[in-house]
Amino acid sequence: MTPVTTVSGSAYPWGAKNIDTDVIIPAHWLKTISRAGLGRGAFETVRAQPGNIFDDPRYAGAPILIAGDNFGCGSSREHAAWALADMGIRAVIAPSFSDIFSGNAFKNGIVPVVLPQEAVDRLLEAAQDAPVTVDLETMTVTTAYQDRFPFQLDPFRRQCLMEGLDEVGLTLARDTAISKFEGAMHERRPWIEERRGYADVAVEGAGRT
Amino acid sequence: MVQPQTLYEKIWDAHVVERRDDGTCLIYIDRHLVHEVTSPQAFEGLRASGRRVRRPELTLAVPDHNLPTTPRTGPDGRLLPIADPESAQQLEALRRNTAEFGVDYIDATAPEQGIVHVVGPELGFTLPGTTLVCGDSHTSAHGALGALAFGIGTSEVEHVLATQTLLLKRSQTMEIRVDGTLGFGVSAKDVILAIIGRIGAAGGTGYVVEYTGGVIRGLSAEGRLTVANMSIEGGARAGLIAPDDTTFAYLKGRPMAPQGAAWDKAVDWWRTLPSDPGAAYDRSVTLHATDIAPSLTWGTSPEDVVPITGAVPDPDSFADPAKRVAARKSLDYMGLAPGMRMQDVPVQHVFIGSCTNSRIEDLRAAAAVAGGRRVADGVRAMVVPGSGLVKRQAEAEGLDRVFTAAGFEWREPGCSMCLAMNPDKVPPGERCASTSNRNFVGRQGPGARTHLVSPAMAAAAAVTGRLADVRDLMARDTMGAGA
Ligand code: SF4
Repeated sequence: MTPVTTVSGSAYPWGAKNIDTDVIIPAHWLKTISRAGLGRGAFETVRAQPGNIFDDPRYAGAPILIAGDNFGCGSSREHAAWALADMGIRAVIAPSFSDIFSGNAFKNGIVPVVLPQEAVDRLLEAAQDAPVTVDLETMTVTTAYQDRFPFQLDPFRRQCLMEGLDEVGLTLARDTAISKFEGAMHERRPWIEERRGYADVAVEGAGRT
Repeated sequence: MVQPQTLYEKIWDAHVVERRDDGTCLIYIDRHLVHEVTSPQAFEGLRASGRRVRRPELTLAVPDHNLPTTPRTGPDGRLLPIADPESAQQLEALRRNTAEFGVDYIDATAPEQGIVHVVGPELGFTLPGTTLVCGDSHTSAHGALGALAFGIGTSEVEHVLATQTLLLKRSQTMEIRVDGTLGFGVSAKDVILAIIGRIGAAGGTGYVVEYTGGVIRGLSAEGRLTVANMSIEGGARAGLIAPDDTTFAYLKGRPMAPQGAAWDKAVDWWRTLPSDPGAAYDRSVTLHATDIAPSLTWGTSPEDVVPITGAVPDPDSFADPAKRVAARKSLDYMGLAPGMRMQDVPVQHVFIGSCTNSRIEDLRAAAAVAGGRRVADGVRAMVVPGSGLVKRQAEAEGLDRVFTAAGFEWREPGCSMCLAMNPDKVPPGERCASTSNRNFVGRQGPGARTHLVSPAMAAAAAVTGRLADVRDLMARDTMGAGA
């Protein structure tokens, strides 16, 4: 993953609440088997409306999206994060995010910035004509109008973003601890691993060794 | 004295591999369900980094989202070609990936195929006290059996495949207590709609919910699955129900559930899981059964709930200005005006299916209303069983004939019109009474208008051609039987 330290540029001053992942990327785009190219389907239904914010030349290619409460609710599809990343978005600012979406955003190098509604309202105004900067070093959102809003991020997630760390690789390094846990589980809850013995249902798993 | 613990805390503690200084925990995952839509990029990631699946026997894969619900196999029993090339490619990728990585896979042609959240409980793959994940937000359903179950994204699917763990922070806990006894004609679906109407679509964000109280205890395992399924529609990633005799009776003898001595040992542990008396929740909400009527949604958020006897609300009646704007937009999209009686709203489609309401009890409830009646003119009604096993059971009980005689379509199992990814869609501007879980804009097809209802209410809508109070039809049935 590419490290992210600052995201700076124009921002879509959208502010819409309860934007679900069906709006971010409609279901019919989910048939792909790849992560790339989903930017074309991002906000498709919004973009079908004339005068929509995503086709406003003032914000073309903006790396930041400012949204309302509960951004990314609904379906857990990570395609939503891939679509945003593919359209060039590196940070989303909102008063709250759905848990699943914010997890997916992190894993794809998108910073979900939580700010109070007043700050978001102010940014919606400022972003009409000024660039916005999300700085992970100082943990602030600033504008050319001297606005300065501090925000919080989970320290581990912040580190992963700033160093571009691969979470799977980090966990694989904990292999000994996982094996130890499995050993104890084998004693305490043996039935967890025993289900294969009863697999008289139609399952195949040819590649299993 | 030991601190009293909630069900959630007990399951959590039993799965901590490591706790880091910042409070994040590496949590062991006991069960992983995989379907075709959210997994291809995860397998692709494993392949790209030369990684393998750590514990393939703890994972079960089954296609559901993309499969057409028209007959699937030809006379030779083989899968018929799938018309949409992208769907076909995705389904083929699941088959290929599971074979390559050694993951158990239920093929589209197998009788056990169905929606992941129907298949897991019905095969006994889902067990109390387990951690269970799937790349699908309605994984919360499995919490009905006392599993800590939640939806994950594709990167996490890859993480689980490679490490059988997830990095998680402990959630806050919320108790949602439903006291009393449900009234005539009120179902599990009405209970969860009423709950979401109360707490709001984001009310549970950051919480793991535990459903308690007499109404929850009195629900069947299938009713509980309906409730826990929609936890995510109230913003909660997971919804738990303490395992009890109802749970054990449901699971006993299921093909993947433990048997013999292992079963006894498991039950002994499961009995220790319910929240201790005096265990503290971060938030508590109480509802009373007497306040819950057969309910439905009027707008485009699952929190937009009214009783069937109610009317479309006036957007100006909401205190929150943002909600007023949202309600106006919703009504515009839904083609409804404030003050219209819900029962006067005509429907053109009825969908009985989805992981919320496609189990055998759901089909029985719908068939009880549909039996001896006819689908109203101008209504297209379809029944999509949640799995092949549900379908067979329903056919053994003659429910398929009840439905087809009434003019319903009887289809093959899958997600179908719940998300309109396969060819089952509601056309733009048309209205559907649906037993699914999401009434979002465009969910059932571009421009489609969705009203979330229970299976019995869906059947009532089908036979009357409008949103109807199922109690009126049931009352007539009872009177008819008495006469
Ligand atoms: S039935 Fe609907 S909600 Fe359930 S898994 Fe399928 S698409 Fe998701």
